[in-house]
Formats: sequence, structure tokens, C-alpha cells
Amino acid sequence: MIRFTLRRLLSGAVLLVVVTSASFFLAHLAIGDPTPGLLGDSATPAQRAALREQLGLDRPLMTQFWDWLSHAVRGDFGTSWRNFQPVSDQIELRVPVTLSIVVAATLLAAVVGLVVGVATGLNPGGVLARVLKLASVVLFALPGFWVSLMLVMAFAIKLQWFPAVGYVPLSHSGTQWLRSITLPSIALALGAIVMIAEQLRNGFQEVNNQDFVRTLRARGLSARRVTVHVLRNASPAALTVLAVMFVGLLGGAIVVEIIFNLPGIGSLTQSASQIGDIPVLLGLTVVTVVFVVLVNFLLDLVLGWVNPKVREK
Amino acid sequence: MIDAVTPAEGTAPAPAGRGLWSRYLRRPVGVAALAVFLLVVVAGLLAPLLAPHDPNFVDFALTQAPPDSSHWMGGDSAGRDILSRLLFGARTTLYGAAVACLTGIALGVPAGVAAGYFGGLTDRVFSWISDAVQSVPGMIVLLIVAAGTGADFTVLMVTVGAFMAPGYYRISRSRALAVRKEPYIDAARVAGLTHVKILHTHVLRAVHAPVIIQSALTAGIAMGMQTGLQFLGIGTASEANWGQMMNDGFRTMLTHPLILLWPSAALGITIAALAFMGSTLADLVSVRGEPAPRRRRSAEQAPEEATDRTGALVHPVEASALRIDNLRVSYRTPHGDKRVVRGVCLDVAPGEVLGIVGESGSGKSQTVFSALDLLPADGRATADGIWIGGQPVGDLSRAGRHALLGTRIGYVPQEPMSNLDPCYTVGHQLMEPLRAVHKLTRAQARERAREVLLRVGITDPDRVLACHPHQISGGMAQRVLIAGAVAGNPSLLVADEPTTALDVTVQAEVLELLRELQREYGMALVIVTHNFGVVADICDRVAVMKDGRVIETGAVEQIFAHPGDPYTAELIKASQDDTESRAELDAAWNKAGRTVRA
Amino acid sequence: MNTDTNGDAPLLDVADLVVDYRRGRTTFRALKGVSMTIAPGECVGLVGESGSGKSTLGKAILGLADVTSGRITFAGSDITHAKGAARRKLAADLQVVFQDPYGSLDPTLTVGQILAEPLTASGTSRAAARTAVAEMLDHVRLPADTVTRYPSEFSGGQRQRIAIARALVRRPRLIVCDEPVSALDLTTQAAVIDLFIDIQRETGVSYLFVSHDLGVVRRVCHRVSVMYQGECVETGPNETITRNPGHTYTQRLLLASPVADPARQAERRRSWLGLRTAAGSPVP
Repeated sequence: MIRFTLRRLLSGAVLLVVVTSASFFLAHLAIGDPTPGLLGDSATPAQRAALREQLGLDRPLMTQFWDWLSHAVRGDFGTSWRNFQPVSDQIELRVPVTLSIVVAATLLAAVVGLVVGVATGLNPGGVLARVLKLASVVLFALPGFWVSLMLVMAFAIKLQWFPAVGYVPLSHSGTQWLRSITLPSIALALGAIVMIAEQLRNGFQEVNNQDFVRTLRARGLSARRVTVHVLRNASPAALTVLAVMFVGLLGGAIVVEIIFNLPGIGSLTQSASQIGDIPVLLGLTVVTVVFVVLVNFLLDLVLGWVNPKVREK
Repeated sequence: MIDAVTPAEGTAPAPAGRGLWSRYLRRPVGVAALAVFLLVVVAGLLAPLLAPHDPNFVDFALTQAPPDSSHWMGGDSAGRDILSRLLFGARTTLYGAAVACLTGIALGVPAGVAAGYFGGLTDRVFSWISDAVQSVPGMIVLLIVAAGTGADFTVLMVTVGAFMAPGYYRISRSRALAVRKEPYIDAARVAGLTHVKILHTHVLRAVHAPVIIQSALTAGIAMGMQTGLQFLGIGTASEANWGQMMNDGFRTMLTHPLILLWPSAALGITIAALAFMGSTLADLVSVRGEPAPRRRRSAEQAPEEATDRTGALVHPVEASALRIDNLRVSYRTPHGDKRVVRGVCLDVAPGEVLGIVGESGSGKSQTVFSALDLLPADGRATADGIWIGGQPVGDLSRAGRHALLGTRIGYVPQEPMSNLDPCYTVGHQLMEPLRAVHKLTRAQARERAREVLLRVGITDPDRVLACHPHQISGGMAQRVLIAGAVAGNPSLLVADEPTTALDVTVQAEVLELLRELQREYGMALVIVTHNFGVVADICDRVAVMKDGRVIETGAVEQIFAHPGDPYTAELIKASQDDTESRAELDAAWNKAGRTVRA
Repeated sequence: MNTDTNGDAPLLDVADLVVDYRRGRTTFRALKGVSMTIAPGECVGLVGESGSGKSTLGKAILGLADVTSGRITFAGSDITHAKGAARRKLAADLQVVFQDPYGSLDPTLTVGQILAEPLTASGTSRAAARTAVAEMLDHVRLPADTVTRYPSEFSGGQRQRIAIARALVRRPRLIVCDEPVSALDLTTQAAVIDLFIDIQRETGVSYLFVSHDLGVVRRVCHRVSVMYQGECVETGPNETITRNPGHTYTQRLLLASPVADPARQAERRRSWLGLRTAAGSPVP
């Protein structure tokens, strides 16, 4: 088990380094010279050259990379090229907002998806199962921002149950905070909920057809106890979907945050991208990939616990 | 030889690809979705002809104007005709989705097919890359790319496609992997086909249907990401597009909700159409058929086709361990009910061993599953009566019948490995029924589990109790299952092909064990098999089944010596062991003048 | 057709064959130095239980498993490590019939396409292929309209006939038959075995017949090799192996398979129990 854990941790670290390095080169190659974006079109070539020198862009790319990487491993992502604030401070300020809605959406997806998935798995011919099938087809494909717009129109503007926009920090007021993240979380979660539920329902059907379920019933176990066995066997696939969904939600949050005017990493990413603020963009990439790696690591641990055969591969 | 639990004949799905199109057109949902999608495609293609106005012409009088006769959808906040922009926007949307899909296919499918087919290092490298791409939040990278390329729309959509590639990669890889394991690929290699030819004729054929389905999904998601980017103001602004229109509507949402509604509806309907096209295709291709039509009350009480009772009841009711009178079993299939057991009668007394023997499809397994109330959900059994231990179970509630399992009845399945839950230890699986059904304490249950494991010939029960099923051999697993069956001291043991999946030397051991346990516990034993050797070895009486009927019942000695039915005689003769050897056959053939065909 | 191998040069000669399978970091030796020969027109049985290496030997001959050491000679040339073009050339002489009648035919192709594939791959014209396919279908007693139908429309026994036709279509000199009847019902088994015998008499092809069933082997094979844990423990004429085996393992194998006659089976079981008591009772 310890070996399994270490191996997973190591592969996560490798992934983190490779992905962030790739992003570094992609950003520099794609953006090239950021000075027109930073100074505007009216800047003279001399002004641009001066800024390039100030930002260290006149050095060879590999030198810049090592410089960035050696600082980044210590948590120092440099300063923004726009306002010269430390990147880590800005991210620190905004990550709680994004995490609020993404974690809330993930929990929502896990809990509601589990309940609906088990209910439909136990009664695959029922009305709920048909509704789920229909919902899963449509909701999976519809983008989160589209759903957000519809939710805002319905619940914030027509019914006025929730605030349309804005964020209240948790430290300020618990209920206000909850109200401010409800619609964005639901908008993000809807697609994930139906995916999890549909995956569980399918898993139930598959596991139910397996021989050992009949044998468990033949041993006299109650339907409830048999369901526990089925659920445990069906859960790895659903958990994997949940982890993949988490990555999708992190990306989807960017647009949803802008719609609900939440001060998360979304608007920071957008503004940084518009002027080619590479340090901020790279800092954001690192932070999100760290979360992804952590979630995948947790997933591996859980999968290893659920089905011990996985550990021995 | 494996008696399928659900009747497979006649319900086998047609292979993917063949007639898919015509079957698709028979699905109303699929046709409707396709029609909607084609409408969007035509609208996009013919936008220059259909659009009533120039999509970029600004008419200040039209600013946020409500719909009227010449502007059916009104004007946007810059004073442009919404309908015209919507039509031209469809072009952008479709073009972007096509670019993303083609990129995803170009990157994902070849890599997936190569990884699945060749395996090894190729597989590890590509899979790692795919996982890595999947763990990058695509939106951030898209914004980086947008920042660098001045938001070139095609480049952006290629990037979107790159993030969609893992989806294509995964399905292509899993299909290729599944096909790679099929013997027909080995046969093709032996037949002298090159890898290129094999990939072309066999593997791509298996991959193409899932790729089409994936494309319907991918196109929808790509449209979502594309409009999302445009909504953020990224992407070519000079051409009309739905995302920018939604952004425009979003800003005037409070005062002019219609401006947001039009493009949102267009996007929602297009994506939904793609999603339904994909799911209809997936339904047609998937091996698992649709759930059988729900049973209606009237159908349940429909008069049964009259069947003759077959077989015989030889023991008095009160002296029988199991007695089945006129059992009928049918399965609901999309083509109507399929009868698999037609009027079976049989019984077994305490201490007696009854063999139910027949070839695949004879209904022998269905007969015992019905007696145990273990039929799959779409199976239905009716009988004039079933008695267990002399008690009619028809009078019992479902729970009452269920309570007999694990207490009065023990069950030994066919395939040892698939009948143990892979997620739990052997110990848990043996002890759970003892604790839940027999209300033993944890310590008592453990003691009893050790005891039965020792009894079935496992010399180190403590180690085996701690093992997971994948850590023990097939023969060992079958012993564990037999231990589980007898742990509750049943008076009736039902064994469904208990030795079919085992090697002959293990089979002999397991038969010997069953014989010993049956005598020791004084149990009635019902053993389902296709093997007349097994019948000769262990059974007292035998019922021969064919096509859901018992064609002959009798004492083993009598059936073997004087089979009453020609089919029984044929089956016994086909048990190869004492037929003529090749040397004898060749000698006879030489003598007959070497004529090849009779 | 000559069952006497003496004096004939063997068609296939396997010498000291070793095959290792890698499983992660550990290697598993599936074959531990196996030797055997097959003469033209001969059927040699390979009997053993799961894990005995009998299927691995067949795979090694067909080039589907990598050989660690040893030598496989076919019709005088060394084919131990034949790969690529050299292996494809062998396809004319060396063919296979697999166990699984469901997985061994591509479900998306018609029977005609399946049977023509080996021919067109080697450059035969379509017209010539069609004629050859029709002839082969006749050989395996299937109706001519079979060519336009798909494998899913046939029963297990019929599919196995199609697989045999595919193996025969290039008129090979040796067919490796890997448990070709063990997935079939008993009554179907008998008919397919008779077909194998008839075809051998008609064409003079050799068989390597891999099976776990001594009864099947007895009916179809001239000579039999018994495999146990990667080694060949005994080789001899069919009559000897299936009636009076010399090796204890073969004896155990023979006594363990139940015979379809209650009186004789009771006798056999007593002998088996005696042998088991003598050897001690290992838990499998």
C-alpha cells in the first residue's frame, strides 16, 4: 500500500512538472513579444525594448525557464507584468472563490448523482430512470455558461430568489455566502450530476448481471446487503467520472464566474490573457494542475481501497 | 457448453455498421434530431441566400428593436438584424465544431488504435500523454493560446480539438484493445495479413461507429467551448457568432431578454439535437439492448400457451426435498416472450442425488434458478407448485421464499472466479451470510468459516480468509464457494455445472468433495451438468432435458443401460471416452477401400 | 495419410523449445524445453490442463508467441524466429483453428469475405478466390449461399466449420487446432471431429490437435503428447496413452475424467482414489 501511494505521488509530481513546463513554452512561443499588449500600440520601439529588458525577456528562453522553474518550486511565481503585484498574492485572494463553487458543485454532483444513480439503478425501468436518461443526454452536452444564463434569467431575474451577481466571502456571512454561490454551483454541477447518476445506473446494470450477485442472493443476503456489494463494484467507474468532472468544472468555472461576476480566478485569467500577462497565466496553470493532481491522487487511493486488485497492477 | 443464463439466440445484436443507417431512420427521436441538425446545417450553408439583411449592417433605428415584419427577431444593441446574424452565426458555429472534431479525430484515433493494437510501450506513452492532456484545464490553455495568436478562430478551434482528442483516444484504444484480443485477429495474422491490412479491415471497422458517436458528443461540447470563448470576447469579432450575440444579450438581459433568448435557443437546440443523435446511435450500437417493454398487468394474466407436463414425480410430497410441478419459464425480449422451460416436473428426496442433464439451451439452468427464485429480472416463472422440504413455497411471501436461501438451500455456481465479489475478502464473503442470515456473532461466524474451509480441504483457512478472490486459484475458489454453500447446513444443495470450468483433475476432486459432503450432511443434491461422465459418477437419478422439456427420467443405471429416448442414447454415445480410437477408425476405413464420403 | 512416421522426414520438428512470458517484472516459463515432431498427414494430439503450456506451443509454432530458445523446423527450414515477410510466406502452409467459434470470425464481415481474405492477401484474383471459397464450403458441408451471410447467423458448430474452411482455403500442410471442439455441445463435437478426420483423409493435411479432453484426442489423433507444467511428460501412440499410460500424471488425468457408464466409472473412481491416496492429496 505504501509503495502504491508513493508511486502515485511520484507520477503526480512528474505530471505537474511536465504540464507546467509545457505551458511555459507554449505561452512564450504563442505570445512571443508581450510588450505591445502591455504598453499599447503607441509605444515606441525603444520603450518596448526597455520593458523587455526590465522583464528579462531579452535573455535566452531556457535561462528564463530555469529562472521561473527554480522560483516556482518554492511557490514564487514572480510578479504580474501589468501591476507588478506578486502573482501568488493575487491567486491566493481569488482561489477561495473558485474553490467554493467548484467544491460545492463537486459535492452536489457526488451526493445527488449517488442518490439518483442508486435509485435508478435499483429500478431501471422506472419513471426516474427515463427522466435521467433524457436529462443526461441533453445536460451533458450543454455548456455550463449556457445553463448559468438560463438559471440567472429564471431564478435571479424572474423569481428573484437568489442574487444575480456578486460574491459574499464566507467570513462575512455564512448564509449570504451560501446564497451567492448557490446558482453558480448548480449551473456547474447539473452536467456532472447526470453524468455520475448515469454512470452509476449503467454500473448497477452491469454489476447486477454478474454471477456473484446471484450467488450473494443465493446465500440469503437481503436486497439491501446485496445493493452494498453492487454499489461498491459499480463505484470505481463513477468515481473516475467524478474526478474527470472536477477538471472540467475548474475550466468551466472561468466563464461561469464572469457571468455571476464572482472575483475568482476566472476574471483574472481573462484579463491576464487579454494583455499577455504570462506570469499570472502560468501561476494559474500551476495552481489548477496542482488541484487536479491532488484530486487524481485521492481518486487512486480510494480506488485502491475499493478494489484491492487495482493496487497490484 | 456454457448454458447461457439469458437466452442469447435470436436476440444477438446485429453487428455495428451493418444496416445502422436504416435502423437509425426507424427511431423517431433520432430522425427528429437529425432533421433539426440538418436544418441548422442548411441554414448555415445558405445563410447568404436566406438572410434578409446584411448581418453587419448597422441601423440605429433598429437598436434593441422588438420583432417586426421585416426583422422577425428584432435588432441587437448595435442595431443589427438578429435573424441574419443568427443565420451567419450558424456557419461560424458549425465550422468551429467541424475543425475541433477533425482535429480530435486526427490526433486521437490513430494514437488510440496504435496503443490498443500494439500495446506495450506505445500504449504507455500515448496513454500517459492522454491522461496529461486530460488533467489540464483546457480553458486556461485556450486563453493562453488566444492571447498569443490574436485570437485566430481556427487556431483556437484546433486547440479545442486537441483537448477533445483524449475522448477519441480512449474509445479507439478500448475498441482496438478489445478487438486485438479476439482470435480473429490472430487468425488474420496467421493467414498472412500485414499489420496495416489487419488495422484497415478489422480494427478500423470496429472503431468507426464509436468514433461517429463520440463526434456527435464532441461537436456539442466544442460548440459550447466555442461560444463560451466568444462570450468572453475571444475569437473573430468581425463575423457574426452566437457567443458574441449571447454576450450582447447578457448585458441587456434585464431590459431586453429576447436578445439573449434567440442565440441561447439556437445553441441549446443545436447541441441537444447533436446529443440525441449521438445517444440514438449509441443505443443502436451498444450490445446491451433496450430494457424490455414494461410488463403490463394484462400481459401478466394473459392465458398461457398450453403445455404438456414433462418428467415425472416419484416421491410423495412430504418425502421430497425439492419438488417442481409443471414449471414454465419465459423471458421478455424485444421480439416478444421467449419460452425456455415448458412444463418441467421433477423431484428429489433427502439423501438423493438428482442430475439434470442437457445441452446448452435445454433450459436446465433456468429450471433450477426458478426453483431458487433467482431468475434475472426479465425472466418469469410459473408452476403448478414448487415444494421445498415438503412445504409449498407458493404460499410464502417473497421474503418468506428468500428466507429459505442460505438456510434450507445451498447453491454452488458454475464459474468459480466470477462468483466471488472481487472487492471483498473471502472471509467477508463467507462470514457475511452467517452473521446476517444466521445471526452468528463475528467470532462464531469466523469459527464456522474456518471449520467449513477445513472441511472442503483447505489446509490454511486463516490465510485464505484474508485473501481477495484474485489471489486464489480457480480450484481453490470453487472450494470456497462450496464451503459457502454448506456453511448454513442446508438440507438441499443445488449445483449448477459445478465442475465445467475446472480442469479434469480438479473436477474429480470437487466431485469427490460434493459426494462426501452430500453423505455427511444427508443432503439432497441437484446437480446440473452437460457431462454424462459426471452423471455416471455421482447421480442416483437423472432427468434428461431438451428444448425446455424433460424427455426422460430414471435411475442412472437404467438410463445408461437402456436409454428410452434416441436423444439420450445419442448424448451418451457422444461422450467420447469409449468410442473407437483413430487407429480403429483408420483400420476400418482402409478395409472399406478408402472411400471418403459416405 | 501414412500413420507410420519412421523413415519419413517430419513436416514439423520442434526441439528443446523454451518460451517465457513476461508479467510485469517477473517472467513465467510457459514451456521448459519441449520437443516433438509431426509427419505429413499425421495428427498429433497435445493434451494437458490449463497452464500446462499446450496452447503456448501452438502459438509459438504460429509465431504468436516469442521463442526464448530452442528450434522450430517446418518442412526443412528454420521458422523459430520467422517474422514479417518470412512469416507471411508461411501462411500458405501453416494455418490455425481456434477454440472460440464466436470470437474467431470478424462479426462485421460476410462469410465470403472472411474466407477470401487469406487468398486475396496473397494476391489471388477475386474470381479465383470465389471459386476456391465455394469449393471449401462444400468441403466443410456448408451450403453455397453461406458466403453472403454473417457469422452471427450461424450456430457454434457451423461457425467452427467456417473457421475450418478458412484454415483450409490456402491448402496448408499443417493446421494447428487449438481446442477446436471444446466450446461445442457434445453432439456437435462428434460431427466436427468426423469432419476433421474426413478432411485429413481427403487432403493429407497434418494436425497439431491441442485439447484437454482425452476422449476427443483418442478419436482424432494418431499420436499423443501429454503436457504438464510446461513439460512434455509422455509421448506415444494414441492407443497406449489413452488406455495404458506410463506416466503417473497421465494416469491421474485418465482416471480423473469420468466415463459415461456408472459401473465403469465406479471402478475408475476407485482406482483414482487409490492413486490419490498413494500420491497424497494436493489442494489445487
